[in-house]
Amino acid sequence: MRLALFVTCFNDTLFPATGRAVVELLERLGHEVEFPFEQTCCGQMHGNSGYAAQAEPLLERFGRVFADHEVIVSPSASCVAFVRDRRPELSGRLFELTEFLVDELGVIDVGASFPHRVTLHPTCHSLRLLGVGDRPRRLLEAVRGIELVPLPAAEECCGFGGTFAVKNADTSMAMLSDKLRRVLDTGAEVCTAADNSCLMHIGGALSRQRAGVRTLHLAEILAAQE
Amino acid sequence: MSFPAAARLTLRDTQLRRNLAKATSTIREKRARAVGELDDWEALREAGEAIKAYTMATLDEQLERLEASVTRAGGTVHWARDGAEANAIVAGIARGQGAREVIKVKSLATDEIGLNKALEAEGISAIETDLAELIIQLAHDRQSHILVPAIHRNRAEIRALFERTIAAGRQLGDEAAAIADAARLHLREKFLSVPVAVSGANFGVAETGTVVVVESEGNGRMCITLPEVLITVMGIEKVLPRWRDLEVFLQLLPRSSTAERMNPYTSLWTGVREGDGPREFHLVLLDGGRTDVLADPIGRQALHCIRCSACLNVCPVYERVGGQAYESVYPGPIGAILTPQLRGLENAPTLPWASSLCGACYEVCPVRIDIPRVLVHLRERVVREVKSPIAPEALAMRAAGAAFASRGRYERAQRLARFGRGPLARAAIPGWTAMRDLPEPPKETFREWFRAR
Repeated sequence: MRLALFVTCFNDTLFPATGRAVVELLERLGHEVEFPFEQTCCGQMHGNSGYAAQAEPLLERFGRVFADHEVIVSPSASCVAFVRDRRPELSGRLFELTEFLVDELGVIDVGASFPHRVTLHPTCHSLRLLGVGDRPRRLLEAVRGIELVPLPAAEECCGFGGTFAVKNADTSMAMLSDKLRRVLDTGAEVCTAADNSCLMHIGGALSRQRAGVRTLHLAEILAAQE
Repeated sequence: MSFPAAARLTLRDTQLRRNLAKATSTIREKRARAVGELDDWEALREAGEAIKAYTMATLDEQLERLEASVTRAGGTVHWARDGAEANAIVAGIARGQGAREVIKVKSLATDEIGLNKALEAEGISAIETDLAELIIQLAHDRQSHILVPAIHRNRAEIRALFERTIAAGRQLGDEAAAIADAARLHLREKFLSVPVAVSGANFGVAETGTVVVVESEGNGRMCITLPEVLITVMGIEKVLPRWRDLEVFLQLLPRSSTAERMNPYTSLWTGVREGDGPREFHLVLLDGGRTDVLADPIGRQALHCIRCSACLNVCPVYERVGGQAYESVYPGPIGAILTPQLRGLENAPTLPWASSLCGACYEVCPVRIDIPRVLVHLRERVVREVKSPIAPEALAMRAAGAAFASRGRYERAQRLARFGRGPLARAAIPGWTAMRDLPEPPKETFREWFRAR
């Protein structure tokens, strides 16, 4: 299948390894990945922060850049949820990575190998806006060598929330403290999720605490062949 | 105070954090179980939403029907444009009875308009009869939860408070029942002697003129049956068109709020009846900014709220900051969309941002109020109507918008971002790095890698 990757501005700039992992994974599964270079940002940050005047042109732009692509795949649940909500006409062609793998390609075992102890933060937008359900967990369970440990109160927000993390930094950090405690309690070496935004928040505090736990986007585990 | 500033203070209260975390996690699990028992829960939520939407679309008509029905049943209806008018009406009726005291059923509407204070200014003391409201009143505290206003207080604190006040000189011990008994004793006297009661209303049925109060303790039942005169202050959005609509809401409300199949006391009264209950009934219909909310096609769904507090109990922000940080009788997610609309956006401009948009509130709301959507809508309105277009945030957002609008500018901004020098990075980085590390800047962007492969 030929598909277009919407990597998101966030991953493009700060987490290129996630984008590389998506490309490697989908190519390994026998698909052809295109990357429309005109893509920038879907407008989520502006849209969720109340700056509709800036978000709308970016959504328009997104529609134009991907107009000729039948299938668009993205490793960000929150960006996909935002675009689907604001541009329902794109919903049928735009997929979050785990949805695409499980529903469109029908694969659970992607041939990955990752011999580490891992816990999954399911992310609010994956769960409650996209409704991806247990797809991320099923994909991870099929990874060879992985030791997947459940995260208590997993469905609770980590406190990122885009600009919330900065505008309400104290409250955001109070939420994150509880999330960190639960992540550390699992004894996992890696905390994963289908969105790097939550992971930048969780990982930023784990790093500050020298906690000995790293964050890794789910795509990077699914691409791994350790 | 802004929400972030108020939250900064309450977040330090370790007792509050512990009490709230314990209380909300317990009620969350119980609610999930109570709701899980019903196969048709989603259909009930949809019905609740539909009835409320219909009511709001025909509100003027429903209110006139309610007035006619209540009047027909022997009650008197008063219209209050704002809190001051409502307070004056209640004070006038109480004064007319020569009352020095009134007993009160727990009511958010009367808290919203500051009725107790207004009555006090007239020399009338209002006595709260709901246990938690009594605790708040005795402690000169502020409510922190819609349903459980003293949720931030634990048993030891309440025992100490009672031993200082209504049970002075007595040792109450550690048993919850003995502590509650002290309140019971204090209140029984008031129920039997005070001639005027003030209540709120969960529902007012336009078709029949019936007013409904749903409660757990029985104090409400006492207040609406024993006194000579009963005054109900009801927000205009509480009207329901038909009697049969209660079937839906009396299922949605208890399961969502206290996780009960049915609450212990549901009191319904229709006007007055010779020889039974109060001989005078007054219904004060309060606008208090509600018609302004109704004018906003997206924001108006905040008026659908049935005050169950399920959204508070699941909210990760509320659980940590507590109700008082919202500086309103309506805290939590529903407060974050209701307070700015009732008071005017310029008077609560930070509340729409008091959420990470995690969506847990929408998932549990029994009438399907899309709180995250309304929050975003109110953020848009604050940006448009209240904020300065040259505030640093607005400028940074415009600069980011311009950068994202063209590939060339975006790629140049990426190079700046790598060194943490973009306008958005400058605005956001201090708030971020106070508590978290920034990721290591990557050596190449994704697109640089893709182009080179």
